[in-house]
Amino acid sequence: MSIKVSDLRYVYNPGMPGETVALDDVSFEICDGQICGIIGHTGSGKSTLLQHLNGLLKPVSGDVYVDGQCITDGSTKLVEVRRKVGLVFQYPEYQLFEETVAKDVAFGPKNLGLKDEELDATVREAIELVGLDYEQVKDASPFELSGGMKRRAAIAGVIAMKPSVLILDEPTAGLDPKAHREILAMIRRIHEEMGCIIIFVSHNMGDIASMCDKVLVINKGKIELEGTPQEVYSEKAKLEEIGLDVPPIREIINKINAATELNSDALTAEEAAEDIKNYIQCRK
Amino acid sequence: MIRDITLGQYYPGKSAIHRLDARTKIIGTLAFIIELFVVNNFWGFLVAVVALFTVIGISKVPVKFIFRGLTAVFLIIAFTFIINMFLVEGKVLWHWGIFTITYEGLKRASFMAVRLILLIIGSSMLTLCTKPIELTDGLEKLLKPFSKIGVPSHEIALMMTIALRFIPTLMEETDKIIKAQEARGADFDSGNIIQRAKSLIPILIPLFISSFRIAQELALAMEARCYHGGAGRTRMNEIHFGRGDAWAAVCMVLFLGVIIASRFMGAAI
Amino acid sequence: MRQRSTLVRCTEINSFIEVRNLIIDYTRIDEEGHSVLVKRAVNDVSFTIEKGSFVSVVGMNGSGKSTMAKALNGLLLPSEGEVLVDGMSTRNEDDLWNIRSRVGMVFQNPDNQIVSSIVEDDVAFGPENIGVPPEEIRRRVDDALRRVDMYDCKDKGAHMLSGGQKQRIAIAGTVAMRPECIVFDEPTAMLDPSGRRQVMDIIRELNNDGITCILITHFMEEAAQADRVIVMKDGKIYSDSTPDELFADRALIEGAGLEMPPIIDLREKVAALGVDIPESIVTTEQLEAFLRG
Repeated sequence: MSIKVSDLRYVYNPGMPGETVALDDVSFEICDGQICGIIGHTGSGKSTLLQHLNGLLKPVSGDVYVDGQCITDGSTKLVEVRRKVGLVFQYPEYQLFEETVAKDVAFGPKNLGLKDEELDATVREAIELVGLDYEQVKDASPFELSGGMKRRAAIAGVIAMKPSVLILDEPTAGLDPKAHREILAMIRRIHEEMGCIIIFVSHNMGDIASMCDKVLVINKGKIELEGTPQEVYSEKAKLEEIGLDVPPIREIINKINAATELNSDALTAEEAAEDIKNYIQCRK
Repeated sequence: MIRDITLGQYYPGKSAIHRLDARTKIIGTLAFIIELFVVNNFWGFLVAVVALFTVIGISKVPVKFIFRGLTAVFLIIAFTFIINMFLVEGKVLWHWGIFTITYEGLKRASFMAVRLILLIIGSSMLTLCTKPIELTDGLEKLLKPFSKIGVPSHEIALMMTIALRFIPTLMEETDKIIKAQEARGADFDSGNIIQRAKSLIPILIPLFISSFRIAQELALAMEARCYHGGAGRTRMNEIHFGRGDAWAAVCMVLFLGVIIASRFMGAAI
Repeated sequence: MRQRSTLVRCTEINSFIEVRNLIIDYTRIDEEGHSVLVKRAVNDVSFTIEKGSFVSVVGMNGSGKSTMAKALNGLLLPSEGEVLVDGMSTRNEDDLWNIRSRVGMVFQNPDNQIVSSIVEDDVAFGPENIGVPPEEIRRRVDDALRRVDMYDCKDKGAHMLSGGQKQRIAIAGTVAMRPECIVFDEPTAMLDPSGRRQVMDIIRELNNDGITCILITHFMEEAAQADRVIVMKDGKIYSDSTPDELFADRALIEGAGLEMPPIIDLREKVAALGVDIPESIVTTEQLEAFLRG
C-alpha cells in the first residue's frame, strides 16, 4: 500500500489576473502504514495538495498514484478514488446532515453501493472505531452531540468507506485539551486497526513529532523539507526562515543545549527526560 | 474561484464616479435599467454602450475585471439568446427539422443578449464604484420618506449591508460543504432530475445550519458592539449631494433624452 | 474551591467588574408552556476583576466559561445573582448600552463578527451605534486600525483577509469604542500559529495600555501570559490563582481536564526516572541552571 505523487503542478486562475501557482512540481511518496505529517502556513498549498490526493482537484500536470494505480489519468472512476483515499476536512462536523448518527455515517458507504447487513456492519464498526458507543448514538441526532463527539461522528463517516489512505486536515482544531488528546488517541487506534496510511495535517508541532513517521514541510507550493521528524526538526535555520516552530519540548531542549553540554535531539518529553537523566548520571 | 465573482463586489478607487453621492448612482443605475428596456433599435443600444463605457472609463475599473463577472452568468445569456432565436416568427433564414431561425428572431435574440449584458455590467458598476456602506446609506436615505408609511428603511439598509458582506462567506461555506460531501462519494451530476434534487440535501442542510449559526453569532457580535436599531446612530462618512452629482444628473437627463429620441429615430429609419 | 484569599481581598478596593453569586440557567419551554431547566451553565460564581489586570479563564468545553463571559457585558443576563460593571448592574436595562460600550467583546469566529464588507466601515460600526460624531469616529477608526497594525488594509474587503487579520479587525472594532475592558472569547481557537501570535501580542499591548483584558482560552501557553488564571469546571470556579501556582499543581490541572505546560511535564518525567530534581523548577532558565549545576 502506498501513495505516490510525482511532479504535481496546480495553478489557480490560469491566464487571468491573479494567476497563482498553488503547487509547484510537488513529488513525494508515503509507504505502507506510515503516518505522514504535513506542516506549512495557511495558504502554503497544503489544502490544494490534499484535494488532489482524492481527485477533488485536477492537476495541471503531474500524477497521483494510489497502490501503484494512477488516479489522475482519467482511467479510474472518481467513486473508486474516493473509496481509496478518505479526506476529512477541517471542522468536519459542519458536513453532518442526517437525522441520526448511523444514517449520517452510512452516507459514504451507501454512495459506494453498500447495502443491508454489510452496510449496517460497516457503520457499526466505524462508529465504534472512533470511540463512540454505537447503541447510545446510532439513533441520536448528530446535532445533539457535544463538539468532540460530533467531530468523531463526522470522521466515522469517512472511515466507514474503509479507505487505504486517510487524510485528516487539522482534526484537533478548536478542541479543548482533553478532546484534543482523545482525538489523537483515536487516530492511533484507527491506524492500528485499519493499517491504513494516515496523512495528518496540523499546526501543533508537538502532535506531529509524537504521531508521525515522516514529515513534509510545504511552503509557497513547494516541498521544502521531507524526512523523519528528527531530520525535519533539526533543520532549525530552514524552519525559522519559513516561520515555522519546532515542538515545544525541542524548543526547551535547544535552549538548554546551547547553555550546557546536553546535546539532546529529543522531540518528546519522554526522550528529553531520558537524555537529561543520562546527562546527569554521566556528570557524576 | 468563487472569490472572483464581481457582482456585488466593491473595487476601491477615488475616481469621479466613486466620489458621487450613492443616491445619484442608485437613481442613475435605475434610470439606465429602465432605459435599456425602452430602447428598441441599434442606435439606442449604441448610445447606451457609449454611455456605459464612458462611465467605465472615468471609473478606472479595469475592463477585464468587469467582464470576468459576466462569465458567471454566461449560461443565462446563452439560454436567453437561443430561446429568442428559435421562437420568433418572421422571415426564415435557416431551417432544419423543427428548428427555424428567422431574421426577426435573430434580431430579437441579439437585442435581448445585449440588453442582459448591459444590464449586468451596468448594475455591477454600481456596486463596483460604491462602497457597500455608502450604497446602503444611500438606499436608507432614499427610502426615508417612505418610513412614514411604515417602510423600515434602516432595517432594509442594514439587511443589504449584511447580505453583501456575507455573500463571499456563504459561497466559501457552500464550496467547502460540496467538497466534503464529494469526498464521501456524493455524486451531484448523474441521475434524473428527482435524484439530482435529492442529492442536494446533503449540501442544503449543512448550509442552512451554517447560516443559522452565522446569523446567531453575528447578532451576538452586533449586540456586543452596542447595536440597538437605527435611532441615535451616527455615520463616519455622511453622504452629501455635491457639484459632481449635479453634473451627473444633467448627463442623465441628456442620456434619457437621446434614448427617447432614438426610439423615434429607429421608427423613422 | 482553592482560592488565593489575599488576592481577592485587595482587588475589591480597585474592582472594575464584580460578579456576585452568579447563576445562569439554560431553559426551554415545554409543550405545556412551563420553562424547564436544561442546564445550569454557571453555578453560583463570585469573583472580581481588578482594573487594568489581565485575567485568563480556562476549562473544558461545557465548563461554563463562555456563558460566564457573555454575562460580563449583559449579552446574557443572570438567572440569579448579579454582575456589576463599575457599580452598574447588567440587570438594569438603562445602563446596558453604557456597560457594553465599556466592556467590549471579541469572539471566536473571525468571520462571523464582521458586519461591513470594507475594513474601516466595520471598525466604525461600534462608534456609530453609540452616536459618536463623524470626525471623532474617523479619528477613532484610524487610531484603532493603527493599534492592531491594520491601517494599510483600511480600504480592503474583509473577505480577502486572513483569519488572523480578520481577528485583528474585530479587535479594532472593539477598541474604536474606547472600552475600559475587553473580553476575548477564545479569539485564537480558529487561527494558525502566526495568527495566534499576532492576536496575543495585541492583547498584551492593549493590557499594557491600561485596558483590562479577560481572555478565555484552551491554550495553556496563552493562559500563562495572564496575571491571574481562573479555572472553571462544571459551572463553578475550580481554582483562582497565578499561572505559576496553577501549573505547579498537577492534580488540579488534571482534575479540570487541562494540560501541563511542557517544561513542568518534562521535569516530572525526569523525576519519574529517579533523578533528584527540585519541584521549584517551572521555567526553562531554571532547568538550565539546574543542569549546569
